Amino acid sequence: MSSQPRRRQLEIQEIGDVTVVAFTDRKILDEQNIQSIGEQLYSLVDDAGRRKMVLNFAKVEYLSSAALGKLITLNKKLQAVKGRLALCNIDPQIFEVFEITGLKKVFNIYKTEQDALQSF
Amino acid sequence: MSASPAWDGMWRLSGGVAGEHVIPSLIAEAHRVQQEILQLLRDNAFTDRDIFAVKLAVEEAVVNAIRHGNQLDPQKKIRIAYQFTEDAFLVRICDEGCGFDPDAVPDPTQEANLEKPSGRGLLLMRYYMTEVHFLDGGTTVVMCKRRGSS
Repeated sequence: MSSQPRRRQLEIQEIGDVTVVAFTDRKILDEQNIQSIGEQLYSLVDDAGRRKMVLNFAKVEYLSSAALGKLITLNKKLQAVKGRLALCNIDPQIFEVFEITGLKKVFNIYKTEQDALQSF
Repeated sequence: MSASPAWDGMWRLSGGVAGEHVIPSLIAEAHRVQQEILQLLRDNAFTDRDIFAVKLAVEEAVVNAIRHGNQLDPQKKIRIAYQFTEDAFLVRICDEGCGFDPDAVPDPTQEANLEKPSGRGLLLMRYYMTEVHFLDGGTTVVMCKRRGSS
């Protein structure tokens, strides 16, 4: 997709049995980067066997419909293995995208990472 | 940058900053043009909300043109023309594909479509831009964003 060298796009930590994934760059969720980010997220479920996941959007200022597609697929993957996905720290401008598309109903969205962790 | 893009009668405007690019169907190429447009939006004092709206709508339109229109064929070109007026930003994006019927695209907010991984681009373009028109059988999209419009 892109000829640019891959930067570190995700910061992953384990808190108890929950995997917390933070996006490291405010612009990463555009079309140029979303393919590789999607693959990394899917791999956490398919290869690493993670079942409880929190995605922290604190640094994200932008997200396109391609990113929404990846999140939907990730959510389905986790549901298929009786896992669960929670999203948190979503900027109001980005939260509006979830509202417009009706995806607010599909995802478990929390204000803070702490709230998201406590939901498990 | 050219002095004045041809708007094929859709937009008859004069003056202001304008540009036109013909690029291969590659996301990275389109990204360069998108960056140019974003810089001009900032230079023309559009608000952060307007910039977010245009960035999202232009990206959705460009990705549609490359992915669905030109089927990722780098031999096929995308034409992106834009113009700034005192109170608006206008952009026209054309692909070399077979076109499509925008009215036939399923509503992604319907319960049955809610969890489909694609099909939200048009919804976002229409929500964030003041006007969106499909021309030439769907191979061209023309969009307008007026300053401060929601």
